[in-house]
Amino acid sequence: MNMRFYRTTMKEEGNSANRPSNTAFTQQRLPAWQPMLSAGVVIPGFLLIGLAFIGIGVGLLITSRSIQVLELDYTGTETSSPCYQCTMSNQSNCVCKLSFSIGTLFKGPVFFYYGLTNYFQNQRKYGVSKDFNQLIGDVSYFKSPSSDCQPYQRVNGKPIVPCGAIANSMFNDTFKLYQIINGKEELVPFDGKGIAWWTDYNIKYRNPDYTPLKNAFNDTEKPVFWTKPAYELDTSDASNNGFINQDFLVWMRRAALPNFRKLYRRITEGNYKDGLPAGNYSLEISYNYPVISFEGTKKVTFSNVSWMGGQNEFLGIAYLVIGSMCVVMSVVMLIVYAKFRFPEED
Amino acid sequence: MKPLTYYWNRLRGNKEEKERLLRANDRSFNLSFHYAKNEIKTSKYNIITFLPLNLYVQFTRLANVYFLLLLILQLIPEISSLPWFTTAVPLVIVLSITGVKDANDDIKRHKSDRQVNNRTVEVLVNGKLKEERWKNVQVGDILKLQNNHFVPADLLLLSSSEPLNLVYVETADLDGETNLKVKQALTVTGELGNDIEAYSTFTGEVRCEHPNNRLDKFKGTLTVKGQTHGLDNDKVLLRGCTLRNTEWCFGLVIFGGPDTKLMQNSGQSKFKRTRIDHMMNILVLCICGFLVTICVILSIGNSIWETNEGSAFTVFLPHLPDISVELSSFFIFWSYIIVLNTVVPISLYVSVEIIRLGNSFFIDWDRKMYYPKKDTPAQARTTTLNEELGQIKYIFSDKTGTLTQNIMTFNKCSINGKPYGELYDFSGHKVKILKKMERVDFSWNKLADPKFIFHDHSLVETVREGNSEAHAFFRLLALCHTVMPEEKKEGELNYQAQSPDESALVTAARNFGFVFHCRTPETITVMEMGRNVVYELVAVLDFSNVRKRMSVIVRSPEGKITLFCKGADIVICERLHPSSDKLMEATMKHLNEYAGDGLRTLVLAYKDLDESYLEGWRKRHHEASIAMEEREERLDDLYEEIEKDMTLLGATAVEDKLQDGVPHTIEQLAEADIKIWVLTGDKQETAENIGYACNILREDMNEVFVVTGNTAEAVQKELKEARQKMCPQAAAMPSMKKSHGGLFWLTKTKYLQDDKVDGEYGLIINGSSLAFALEEDLELELLRTACMCQTVICCRVTPLQKAQVVKAVKKYKQAVTLSIGDGANDVSMIKTAHIGVGISGQEGMQAVLSSDFSLAQFRYLQRLLLVHGRWSYLRMCKFLRYFFLKNFTFTFVHFWYAFFCGFSAQPVYDDWFSTCYNLVYTALPVLALSLFDQDVNSHWSFYYPKLYTPGQWNMYFNRTSFLLCIMQSCYNSIILFFIPYAALHDTVRQDGREIADYQSFAILLQTCLIIVVNAQIFLDTWYWTGINHFFLWGSMAAYFALTFTMNSNGLFFIFPTMFQFLGTGRNSLNQPNTWLIIFLTCLLCILPIVALRFIFIQTSPTINDKVRYKMRRDEIPAISLRPPATRRVSTRSSYAFSHSQGYGDLVISQKFLGKKTPRRPLLFGQKDHPLAENQPQLFRSITEEPEEPQSC
Repeated sequence: MNMRFYRTTMKEEGNSANRPSNTAFTQQRLPAWQPMLSAGVVIPGFLLIGLAFIGIGVGLLITSRSIQVLELDYTGTETSSPCYQCTMSNQSNCVCKLSFSIGTLFKGPVFFYYGLTNYFQNQRKYGVSKDFNQLIGDVSYFKSPSSDCQPYQRVNGKPIVPCGAIANSMFNDTFKLYQIINGKEELVPFDGKGIAWWTDYNIKYRNPDYTPLKNAFNDTEKPVFWTKPAYELDTSDASNNGFINQDFLVWMRRAALPNFRKLYRRITEGNYKDGLPAGNYSLEISYNYPVISFEGTKKVTFSNVSWMGGQNEFLGIAYLVIGSMCVVMSVVMLIVYAKFRFPEED
Repeated sequence: MKPLTYYWNRLRGNKEEKERLLRANDRSFNLSFHYAKNEIKTSKYNIITFLPLNLYVQFTRLANVYFLLLLILQLIPEISSLPWFTTAVPLVIVLSITGVKDANDDIKRHKSDRQVNNRTVEVLVNGKLKEERWKNVQVGDILKLQNNHFVPADLLLLSSSEPLNLVYVETADLDGETNLKVKQALTVTGELGNDIEAYSTFTGEVRCEHPNNRLDKFKGTLTVKGQTHGLDNDKVLLRGCTLRNTEWCFGLVIFGGPDTKLMQNSGQSKFKRTRIDHMMNILVLCICGFLVTICVILSIGNSIWETNEGSAFTVFLPHLPDISVELSSFFIFWSYIIVLNTVVPISLYVSVEIIRLGNSFFIDWDRKMYYPKKDTPAQARTTTLNEELGQIKYIFSDKTGTLTQNIMTFNKCSINGKPYGELYDFSGHKVKILKKMERVDFSWNKLADPKFIFHDHSLVETVREGNSEAHAFFRLLALCHTVMPEEKKEGELNYQAQSPDESALVTAARNFGFVFHCRTPETITVMEMGRNVVYELVAVLDFSNVRKRMSVIVRSPEGKITLFCKGADIVICERLHPSSDKLMEATMKHLNEYAGDGLRTLVLAYKDLDESYLEGWRKRHHEASIAMEEREERLDDLYEEIEKDMTLLGATAVEDKLQDGVPHTIEQLAEADIKIWVLTGDKQETAENIGYACNILREDMNEVFVVTGNTAEAVQKELKEARQKMCPQAAAMPSMKKSHGGLFWLTKTKYLQDDKVDGEYGLIINGSSLAFALEEDLELELLRTACMCQTVICCRVTPLQKAQVVKAVKKYKQAVTLSIGDGANDVSMIKTAHIGVGISGQEGMQAVLSSDFSLAQFRYLQRLLLVHGRWSYLRMCKFLRYFFLKNFTFTFVHFWYAFFCGFSAQPVYDDWFSTCYNLVYTALPVLALSLFDQDVNSHWSFYYPKLYTPGQWNMYFNRTSFLLCIMQSCYNSIILFFIPYAALHDTVRQDGREIADYQSFAILLQTCLIIVVNAQIFLDTWYWTGINHFFLWGSMAAYFALTFTMNSNGLFFIFPTMFQFLGTGRNSLNQPNTWLIIFLTCLLCILPIVALRFIFIQTSPTINDKVRYKMRRDEIPAISLRPPATRRVSTRSSYAFSHSQGYGDLVISQKFLGKKTPRRPLLFGQKDHPLAENQPQLFRSITEEPEEPQSC
């Protein structure tokens, strides 16, 4: 039953203990910028971005074009290739020679890369197959490598140092470049220092604190595919030996994509300081690294660099295309704006 | 779910209690049953159990279990594609935040438990009263309570200091009602009085129901000295009550602590979920399915790769022994589940809760929804429904106390054909009465009510001049009613009336010098212009719905006998003496005006009787009232006989005051396409009047249909006719739309589609018709017709019907409903609707206690919906769109990468980036967006209520927008992957060294991703507060700072194995090339979105766009009120009586005037009124009246 009684008295007023505080925050009145996509901003914006992109694109393309690149495939799958004979399975210490000529001066400094394709350095299992602790020179892990290194953890019961698939699969072709001057081969000096990242060389990888280094590797085994142990990677230079061998460091920095190239040497010395002069060259390759089995290819690349790094036309073209699209878009939007013009009245 | 303790108790061998048996003063006997002690424990944990129990509770949540399973998967080396910490860190953070919050809550509970358990009460121990702590009180103890004490347990009331062993209790803590309730002890125990010795030998045995949570029922027996007495709810004091107006009382503990009804009631209430919740659940399940599909695809890809390439690549990456291609793809499947786990937005639930909580706080904090008069702010009692406030399509409103203040004011009157109460200016035009205008000064009348406001001075002058008609008019008002006076202090009169109308009329009489002072069953004392006059009350001819009038017969001190009658105009009109015809004509004119103004009118008339006639009539009346057959009819005939040939005195007009701003609010809500249904217990006329007064019904509506059929066929016919009038071309059969809902779109539901209607219509349907209309076969017809109308008024509905109406709309309409009400009768509909709003600070608290939001005034509803609701919905939808977008974009990149890494579940990003992405880098900007964003400010929200409509149609987040999200993130991920892929190919640093390595690639990609998602939020944010800026730029800065920190030498030296990205940031991000790629990628992701949005704004702007543009251009508009619609001058008569049967019987009843024996036999029949038993407490103050009524 809806029975209610009403008092004629009211509750007293004046008490305001529960009154919410009056701040811009609690009342949702914080001062605010309220931008909108207005024609005055969007259309000129697109136009400007478009023009800027076209400018950048042209610059990039010109820069990219100015970079000289020379790529030589030496996989040896074709019978005509000088390295064809090396692909025969029973060949060891196979050496093949690649001749090429350069028409104009190849401006220095020239970088000499080796490249691999269809090579999955970015495979997860491949990537994890190493032991960080070994590589910072922690000798206690020399005796018991991480299980991540399977199946390159132990061999013949002995721990492998450096363990794991990455280290094991280190690229082991070596190159020698000769300029043929008057029929005579003149060795082009290669600079193998400073090809790895500074951080990798100085911080990330460290040799155990042993002299001679060899002692640290007692009772360990070299990686299966290696011909010599880590402490003999560069016996001539202690600062390029062991885990801080620059070739090793370059290899250990695994590539993001299955087709990649890695810096092998720089040509910065002697007569070749300013680059490779025009002429005939011969590249002597000691062909060790097997790639045929997984349909990979091997190549070498000579390249110089610009402010934007190596040659890559994609970026310049992309900038050009997108810049033009922006300009077109701004015109389209202008037409749309002129035709429809945001209805002013409701 | 039953609490853990329940199972624990069962484990311990405690059987479920069927019946309770206990004996007073016999602890050992009672102890044998192991009843719960009076100690309560609302806390959930102690120091030792906190960790395991809290973890257990937290892991009952799906999200946490998901995280845990992921973590377990990650610990399996074969499939662990991401290191354990990517899951463990977020999980630990979520767990510990929740844990700290729970611990804090529990400490508070511990404190309050301790405080409550240590309260003291007097307990009878070994024949003596002893102070005991509450927690030591046991079942079977006898307690003595003093006035204003809390009741410590559920007690059987034994005796009290008050006559008849009554006690008064306040139950505010229990049910929220502030009025006092009366409990009465059994006579057999009441006799024990205050006798401690008698109590110490008292050995009553109680047998009663087992502990339960029904507050209004109790069943049991008390056996004293071999005699058994029945016990009911009236004999029980419940824990949580407070003793009032009672010096002391004794009670026997029946239920202690956790068994008390209060504690049994403190369970969780029903959990409401929003539409977005449902949708989110469906989406999450779909995404799970999607995730599994993708993982299957990728694992198939893996098996193909393994067969074609991997088997060849074994030179450098040999397969482990015993792992076949199939097994390896099976592992890859799980590895990808781990890598792609971010696509299932489990952390979504946590974020959504935080956002809702924040938006609830804004509701609590809003000063514009704070009612200073009652010091009541708005309150979001449920913090999980906010965004649904922005989607309301139907509002179901109570009338009394919600739309109206339930305060009646005596506004105008017509005495002897002359109208009073209006003000005129010099030229004779009516002047609108404003608040600040001069009021009539009632200081000459010492007993005047200072709160009474009247503006027309002429009436006071007329009365003071001694105009006999005016005197008779106010004398009638002072005599003819059933109000109870209450005089706490000399000169301070309070009236307690059943209906506020009566109170208003009696108060008016009081202020005009006819002060109703006190009443006894036989007399009414009135202070007439300073002179005490005691009238003998001869008879009360009570009000009934049929009679629509009420009369009293009184004998003045001079011996003159008069019948005073007030009632509905039509009824009185028929019973007037022909001599009043002319006067009636004039009065009728005024009545029409009053009715047109929405006032509740009454006509007053009197008749002088002579002694001899009255004697005869009284005799017949007595016979009739004791007759066994046809008593009612005979009485009615007698009333009819005496109430005729009356002389007209005039008419009163009482204003049923609307709450402030109701018409405007309703207009605004209607503008926002919200349909308002008023469900009221009032009569049709009253409801209709109020409907017009508060703009629910308008004069400019095409038609207002009234359904009053008394049979199902009639109702159907009326509904059909109305429908055909509104929409003649509508199909005969309702068109139903099939909709899919539930898990995986499996369950299908049907919804009624709206018919198109031109123009606005209203529908009024009364309770009896509604009963037919709500039956199975008519339900659809009703809804179809009703939903075509702009407004629907259901009058004379029961609380159950209110709920049924809401349920029907919920069932057949795919719309969000909101119920708003203030009283206990609205609880059912408040609970039924998607959102229940309670009006707080009115009467009782039950509506508020069962509501999701509480407001002090109806008018705040427009702010709650049009501002807070709209914003909450907008924010939630923006949040969801953005959240899905950012997670999908993040995840899809892995999918593309899979094709280039041999489907090996190689994650694209740095592990630490994956860990921090949702937690640190992208959490705060979107949080700021979903807490502070507004399309337009509140002024504009009110100025354009239409802004509310997109919410009703689910425009901001639905399946389409979800698919668009997926498409956009797909596009983003393609750009994010392939642009860097192509640009980095064979690229080197400026110094010729490596840059296309995996780590640089990851850094490049994640930098692009962070910039893209932050640019996206830049585009999405419409309201840039300082906090937004801070969070957005801060997140970006944090990303770079953290990236460089994690790539730093220092961290590497400390944790060489965990921060393998050493130096990558430095080596990669210092290259112009990298930045050119980042620049290109990000702009390519963002520019198309900008262009599309711009074009869409130009070609098909949404209402938001329009208003936002307008807001940029124009000043803030003043909120202009539509001029009030011209009232139609009609004869909508209503009369000022309460809607329930009058209670004249009570007024003249001895029992309630606190007398043990009537001094002389009652004059007229005393049928036992049901109210007499139920709510005697309403008259409690009368016992304070002096014994001798004549002396007042």
